[in-house]
Amino acid sequence: MSNYDYISLIPILPIAGFVLIGLAGKKYFPALSGWLATLLIGTSAVLSLFTAYQYFIVDGAANGVYPQLLPVDMQWLQFTNTLSINMGILLDPISVMMLVVVTFVSLMVHIYSTGYMKGESRYATFFAYLQLFTFSMLGLVMSSNLFQIYIFWELVGVSSFLLIGFYFDKPSAVAASKKAFIVTRFADLFFLIGILITGVTAHSFNFTDIIANLTSPEFLKEYSATFLGFSVVTWALVLIFIGGAGKSAMFPLHIWLPDAMEGPTPVSALIHAATMVVAGVYLVARLFPVFAITGSGAIDVVAYIGIFSALFAALIACTQTDIKRVLAYSTMSQIGYMMFALGVSSQAHDAGFTASMFHLFTHAFFKSLLFLGAGLVIHAVHSNDMKDMGGLRKYLPITHITFLIGCLAIAGVPPFAGFFSKEGILHAAYTTHPDIYYVALVTSGLTAFYMFRLYFRIFWNKADIHLHHFHGEGAWSMKFPLLILATLSIAAGFVPFAHYVTATRTEGHMHTDIMFSIAPVLIGLLGIAVAMMWYKNENDRADKAVAMMRGVYRTAYHKFYIDELYIFITKKVIFNCIGRPAAWIDRNIVDGTMNFIALMTGEISDSIKGMQSGKVQGYAMYFFAGVIGLTLICLYIWM
Amino acid sequence: MPDNFFSVMQFELVATVIMFIVLLLRLGKKRITGDSLLLVINGLLTINLLVGFFCNAHGSLFGDMFFSNPLICFQKSILNLGLLIISLQSWPWLKNHHHTAEFYIILLASLIGMFFMISAQNMFMVYLSLELATIPLAALANFDLQLRRSGEAAMKYIISSAFSSGVLLFGISLVYGAIGSLNFEVISIGMSANPLMIFGFVLIFAGFAFKLSAAPFHLWTADVYEGAPVAVTSYLSVISKGAIVFVFITILYRLFQNIFDTWYQILFLIAVLTMVIGNLFAMRQQNLKRFLAFSSIAQVGFILIGIGGNSSEGLTASVYFVLIYIFSNLAAFGVISLVSTLTGKESISDYKGFYKTNPLLAWVLTLALFSLAGIPPTAGFFGKFFLLMAGAAQDNYPLVIIAALNMIVSLYYYLRVVKAMFMEENADPIQKLKTGVSPALALIICVAGLLLTGLIGGAYEYISSIV
Repeated sequence: MSNYDYISLIPILPIAGFVLIGLAGKKYFPALSGWLATLLIGTSAVLSLFTAYQYFIVDGAANGVYPQLLPVDMQWLQFTNTLSINMGILLDPISVMMLVVVTFVSLMVHIYSTGYMKGESRYATFFAYLQLFTFSMLGLVMSSNLFQIYIFWELVGVSSFLLIGFYFDKPSAVAASKKAFIVTRFADLFFLIGILITGVTAHSFNFTDIIANLTSPEFLKEYSATFLGFSVVTWALVLIFIGGAGKSAMFPLHIWLPDAMEGPTPVSALIHAATMVVAGVYLVARLFPVFAITGSGAIDVVAYIGIFSALFAALIACTQTDIKRVLAYSTMSQIGYMMFALGVSSQAHDAGFTASMFHLFTHAFFKSLLFLGAGLVIHAVHSNDMKDMGGLRKYLPITHITFLIGCLAIAGVPPFAGFFSKEGILHAAYTTHPDIYYVALVTSGLTAFYMFRLYFRIFWNKADIHLHHFHGEGAWSMKFPLLILATLSIAAGFVPFAHYVTATRTEGHMHTDIMFSIAPVLIGLLGIAVAMMWYKNENDRADKAVAMMRGVYRTAYHKFYIDELYIFITKKVIFNCIGRPAAWIDRNIVDGTMNFIALMTGEISDSIKGMQSGKVQGYAMYFFAGVIGLTLICLYIWM
Repeated sequence: MPDNFFSVMQFELVATVIMFIVLLLRLGKKRITGDSLLLVINGLLTINLLVGFFCNAHGSLFGDMFFSNPLICFQKSILNLGLLIISLQSWPWLKNHHHTAEFYIILLASLIGMFFMISAQNMFMVYLSLELATIPLAALANFDLQLRRSGEAAMKYIISSAFSSGVLLFGISLVYGAIGSLNFEVISIGMSANPLMIFGFVLIFAGFAFKLSAAPFHLWTADVYEGAPVAVTSYLSVISKGAIVFVFITILYRLFQNIFDTWYQILFLIAVLTMVIGNLFAMRQQNLKRFLAFSSIAQVGFILIGIGGNSSEGLTASVYFVLIYIFSNLAAFGVISLVSTLTGKESISDYKGFYKTNPLLAWVLTLALFSLAGIPPTAGFFGKFFLLMAGAAQDNYPLVIIAALNMIVSLYYYLRVVKAMFMEENADPIQKLKTGVSPALALIICVAGLLLTGLIGGAYEYISSIV
């Protein structure tokens, strides 16, 4: 067994970077802070790769099972005699895989940002925030228990709030960061209740104990507590899933993700492609054995929310014209894939688990590639809108090629990475939930279509284009990450993933079936072909198609009016039904009564004028009314 | 005199001695004023706090009227700590005040009242010490002598207190009439669910609910908090409330344990009502002091949930929460009092652009508000988590859900202040403030407390071990 003493350095380096750059960077070494941050995160990335090497290759599986290791584990506090809360680092296949993904993508984003954020007045602050975010995310994936994961979960939320709202002089960025924070916090509270219930039921917060306790046959036989017709464990799982759905932008909690694109583009690549948004998937995967207990029902919620979000987001993505928003909806759609892949799995058929994690892995590379590429495009044309783009392939050759690779990967064209992971997901769905499979198939056609619509409209479409203020494609610090990520978008698919990551932590093998792949690949190619026909050159085919489907298009363009619905509920319903009456009661009844009493006791009031002491009598009246009310209730209970 | 007299009554005696020293300083021929007087007093209060740490006496005095054990010592130390922080924070305000010494004499009198109240083992003693704790506070509320609203606050406080004391006293007499004793031990054995005792219980409950400013007995809070000087407001909202929580738990857990089923229902109702009303009204406030008043009402609702656990975890979580609440609330009040003393600005819109001019203070206030809202990794999260955990043990899921929803609502209004400070423009922002040594020290203590109390598990475990 190898030694993992160095493991705590992986999260410590970025937090040290945050403290150092945050406190001193701004004043003493603003220009160097970017490279210092990159160096620290680079070291973390190397250590993570080394951990993966040790864990998967050197130690390997003992008797065919990868062990769950706790290189760091300390009791943080003893809550009751039977329930203690620990802080620790858990190493198992999925957390090691996430370590690599998070540190690696973060490293790429750091390198890219040294170029992208150059000349920004709060350059050092930006890197301090990036470091804080990376630290929180690393803490999240390494957590050994629910309580700890919640703390880091919230830290991730806070640091992403800082990053999304980085341009705080832009009102839309401020609004977006606030929205992201509030929506995810709203979901997190359900998560918190879920944790409380799980803790009380399982008598532990540790993942290993929760899984052991809640899936043991004795527990399943004896436990019968229900609430509103469902078992309490199901409730807990659904509540935890709501927390995950908030962070992972699943319908209907997705509304913050598109707006969050107001943040700097490298932030979108880091947070909204590879790390924070997959936290929900990771959480469900962590508790997968509990979700997978037959009859809990929670797993079906995961499956159907997942597939619905996948399709829903893909439809919206087809109509958006802001390129970052297209990518945002595409992320939501791909995470929907990962979610339903988990949802269609069970203890007997756990291929979906592997496929979901595999997709998480490959998606991290090609989606951050696409975001970073979009950043260069935006840099070149100074706009997010497709209308201002077209024919850029001459100006941005490297971006063009790498972006194309990213699009091919996400569209599932072999032999790019997305093909392999998506095949796994579709196959898993096909074996257990054919209904989900067919929807997913349609969605993958849509995916290919909207991605290539994006691609053609950016790089082709217009024949002649003159860019004003064009200063070249960008520094090598920005192009280099693109090349690396593009390489990985091709290579990652060939990793024998099932050999390393399965639901039971055994060494599995990858399913490949050429006959099965024909349908998804053909549908993907069809999507690409349609996009090519409509958008490669300037023509009116697309407009005609839009005109034909005006109603559907309009609805999808307005994101199915979900934002409006939310505004309606929060502003109109809550404000009118709760806020207004509360204000009204306060103004009319409370104050009115006060005024009335003041009038009645005018004599006394006059003597101590100006002290509004009329009110005190009012207080007394409320006080005694309260006493009488309580007495009545008490006597009622007693009887 | 019993052997253990000095060790059991250590807190009361030390505080009394300090009170007399301050009195002598005031009466002395050569009057010390201003900074030097404050230096002496704050030094004494520091000694008071440190000496308290060495107390772990266990024993009772005066025919079982007065009792002390390590938990009670710890609770008194929490109050001492809070008093020291408040005293450090109010340095700039008191420096130019003509009656600094009197302020401290009255303040210490009230503190001694609270000490006796926490140690009381007899309803008579509870009542007496409660009055000793309350009446000086009315005088303190009036300490901005030239301000009319300060006098108004004092007037309102004393009159409202009189109601609640009357009701409390009535309740105590009913219980006495039914059982024939005021001793805790005797009452707790004789307690049973009959109308007379339940009525007595309701009256006692209402009396304490008033002091806790739980809804619907909270109406006085906002007016008094707004009108009183900030130091007094902090004292009322943190120390006075903390002491009452401690006594309230003792009374519910010991005296009325036999009628748990009855008081749990009431507590549940009041907790929900308090949270909802506190939050709804906090949302509408523009004045930061009023805002904190209502938010502190909502916080009381959370404490009541933890108390509802009716277990040693409930007690531990409540004491732990009070400790954390002292740090968070005093950090918030500290910044607000500084701004209010130096510029007179108290409204949320005045805080627009505060971050640009005073980044450090803005961060402190943000941390404090995050802690009040219960966002990890600030201590406030841990406090709330344990309260909810203790409350959830009763399997009352609706209560936990309501509490969680209230946490969302509260997040909204706490964030409103943060947003104003960090993200909004202001043509006329609060200028760069000179914090001064002593308020800065107080803020450092608070920030350290609200970052470390949660992350270091030992704090909770220590309380758990002495409960």
